[in-house]
Amino acid sequence: MKFDDEPLVPGHPLPIRPGHFSPGRLERVLRAGGFAVTAEISPPDSADPNEVYERASLFDGYVDAINATDGSGANCHMSSVGMCALLTRRGYAMVMQVSARDRNRIAIQGDVLGAAAMGVYNILCLTGDGVDVGDHPGAKPVFDVDCMSMLSMVRGMRDDGQFLSGRKLTSPPKVFLGAAANPFAPPLDYRPLRLEKKVAAGAQFVQTQYCYDMDMFRNYMAAVRDAGTHEKVFILAGVGPLASARSAEWIRSNVPGIHIPDSVIRRLKGADDEKEEGVRICVDMINELRETEGVHGVHIMAFRQEHRVGEIVERSGVLGDREPWRPRHDWDELAPSENEIVRN
Amino acid sequence: MYRMRSWSVRNARWLKRAYAGLEAVLVMLDPLLRRIGYERLDKPFAAAERMTKGVLLDSQNCGQCIVGFTGLSCPMNCPKRLRNGPCGGVRPDGRCEVRPEMPCVWVLAWEGNKRFRENGYPIQTLQPAVDNRLIGRSAWLREVRIRTAGKGSAAREV
Repeated sequence: MKFDDEPLVPGHPLPIRPGHFSPGRLERVLRAGGFAVTAEISPPDSADPNEVYERASLFDGYVDAINATDGSGANCHMSSVGMCALLTRRGYAMVMQVSARDRNRIAIQGDVLGAAAMGVYNILCLTGDGVDVGDHPGAKPVFDVDCMSMLSMVRGMRDDGQFLSGRKLTSPPKVFLGAAANPFAPPLDYRPLRLEKKVAAGAQFVQTQYCYDMDMFRNYMAAVRDAGTHEKVFILAGVGPLASARSAEWIRSNVPGIHIPDSVIRRLKGADDEKEEGVRICVDMINELRETEGVHGVHIMAFRQEHRVGEIVERSGVLGDREPWRPRHDWDELAPSENEIVRN
Repeated sequence: MYRMRSWSVRNARWLKRAYAGLEAVLVMLDPLLRRIGYERLDKPFAAAERMTKGVLLDSQNCGQCIVGFTGLSCPMNCPKRLRNGPCGGVRPDGRCEVRPEMPCVWVLAWEGNKRFRENGYPIQTLQPAVDNRLIGRSAWLREVRIRTAGKGSAAREV
């Protein structure tokens, strides 16, 4: 979506409209009532910026914001702050994920200021996976704050213009605050209340865990609507294509917090082309979610299938006639020096 | 191994009442405690807490106890040190993501909460990040000092 007050230079902020907290595109789209689409970019195990640009370009014209993960699954990759630094320069709307696992309150607040200065307008506060599931199980788990105290800490920076210590900021970070939600993990009857608590702590949008069980999700959303929480927070439901029945079974038993019902696995097994069926299930899911009252968008996590995100968005038709912003592709000619430095 | 912990959560209602009683007594004793000196009392009190709460709750002695909000399930037993509710990794059987042999601290906390719902659930109160300076010190004496200073309770309301 191109706005009429679009900045000329990519990466420069949009003016903050009344009732908005950030100069970002994601908040604009959501508050304008659009069905938002976000996607997760997979960070490279590399110091080459071109790998980041290539991965981001897969989403051009299909998503309203890109999530930069922060050591997801407790595996080491390029940092979320580094990904955001590169991509905001080209004008991409970023959701910077911040995990409480690796950094204490001093580092997190510093990163929030740095990120906001670079043009990151969405911050997603996460607790993070335990180090035991990742590739460095011997690492020290920090967990100085939790996602909830992180939300209220960053909100304090933005709204009260001060650090957690009370020391004043000269210019507060204008960020739209996000959190994660998992409607599919025990205690199920507490999950809607947990969402309420996150909203009270400062969450303005949430992105949920992968949704494969619509019945379970509908129950969750019914409780959320009963409490009126869906009117206080934008809910983006998590989706993603499964590569095969075998990988679905593996994920189910090895990745914490992901619930995949038998019916989905049966549907994958029964298909001639399991990979294709995985994409079809994802598209169907998006269409069902769009019809669910209180869902304001989808968050596509196409792990190792990022190249299919555009196709999934197109086939689902969720964007309608809306076309998300895309970067200029003459950027390389505009700024040749940086690329020369990198290639030499 | 986790039997005592689960027992305490099951008996959260009267344990919490006993706990409140103890606190009231300590608040009454404030003038005496003040005369002896809170600093001097901190070590013996912290030791007493380690004995009692350690046995009953597997308390980790963070020095800023919030078990009144968590159905008497000590949140410092959570490997992610969460103070505000369960993470998204809880296993389908209600066990911990990081330590599969342990029931999730927050699943227990929610069970305990359902036992003493008052005006809304205490678990919904937003807890600030841990003050690492207080770890190992007496949470009881801290609570008494906060109360007698007229600052309400240690935990912040949402």
